[in-house]
Amino acid sequence: MNTVTQRTPASRERNPGHVSARPFMNPYLAGVLLGFVLLATYVVTGRGLGATAGFAALATWLAGLVSPASVQSSIVHLKYWNDGAPLLNWTLFLLCGAFIGAAVSAWQARRFAVVIERGPRISDGQRLALAFAGGFIAACGAKLAKGCTSGQALTGSSILNAGSLLFLLAVFVAGFGLAHLVRKEWL
Amino acid sequence: MWPLSSTIEFSLAAELAIALVLGIGFGVALERAGFGSARKLTAVFYLHDMAVVKVMFTAVVTTMVGLFALSTLGLLDLGALYIEPTNLLAQGVGGLLFGAGFLIGGYCPGTSLAAIASGRKDAVLFALGMLAGVYAYAEFTPQLDDWYKAHSLGELTLPALTGVGMGWWTLAFVAFLLVAAWGINLIEGRAPRDTGRQAGA
Repeated sequence: MNTVTQRTPASRERNPGHVSARPFMNPYLAGVLLGFVLLATYVVTGRGLGATAGFAALATWLAGLVSPASVQSSIVHLKYWNDGAPLLNWTLFLLCGAFIGAAVSAWQARRFAVVIERGPRISDGQRLALAFAGGFIAACGAKLAKGCTSGQALTGSSILNAGSLLFLLAVFVAGFGLAHLVRKEWL
Repeated sequence: MWPLSSTIEFSLAAELAIALVLGIGFGVALERAGFGSARKLTAVFYLHDMAVVKVMFTAVVTTMVGLFALSTLGLLDLGALYIEPTNLLAQGVGGLLFGAGFLIGGYCPGTSLAAIASGRKDAVLFALGMLAGVYAYAEFTPQLDDWYKAHSLGELTLPALTGVGMGWWTLAFVAFLLVAAWGINLIEGRAPRDTGRQAGA
């Protein structure tokens, strides 16, 4: 197994795991590409992108497997129940597409690498635990705010939704505010 | 007139196929930007790599310009687009929580998928944490959805809030992006890459 730690500047700039990995796209160009995907989503569906709803649909499907009664007792589960077919969820299919697109892209650019991304001062186990905890906290935030980086920060901000812009601001305030506290995880 | 969904009744299969195709574009864009890497994503919070800010802000402005242009040309009905109702406390507190989760977890929900597709094992744990989090929300605090609705300000956009039209806001965002890009470029040019410190680490 290959663990990502800091190496030479060149390999850090490209990709941690693979020497022959191609450099990333120019960030402004990548932003335009992402913007066109979002614009196309608006033009075709009248709504923007999302991601958290896909996770929510999956969670509701799991809840239905474990205990159908618990689905009926939560208005949130019922929102994603879709008459017993929670997996036929628009955002979940979007995420499946994103997985396929990213996999092809990573493979084509020789960036695929089975690694754990972390700084040099924590262990793999600690990083995996923090990844899980971070995912849990991010999910709570996204559920409360009715959207994540996709649904609020990108989709909402681009149509000047006041709440989305506040969300975007709050994400960066928290990120910069806590950065020093958790620097051991990354630096 | 667009959006297509306002004139065409898509079948479920067609809708899901559209989602899959758009998702592929989404995934390619995220991966190409380098967002399949937690260290690249979190580097923004240490000012080592501003790619997250550059990509996100450029994407927002690109879409904004596109929406405004299409609506000005009479091709797109902005009024038909879905706008999430605003609840300032929910978006404020939720955003703070989300930012903390992003920094600690290393990913956000969409990028975690791009990272799993790139082989990142920590991204699998992030996604499982996400799943546990949305499950816990649905099981233990579903009433927060009612609270959200009760205290929602409804659809609230900056043009509606300020009386300044979308065109002016779009212009301001384009100008801000150009100034920010120039400023970031200046800072990046001045600060030596974090190589010296890295080598000592």
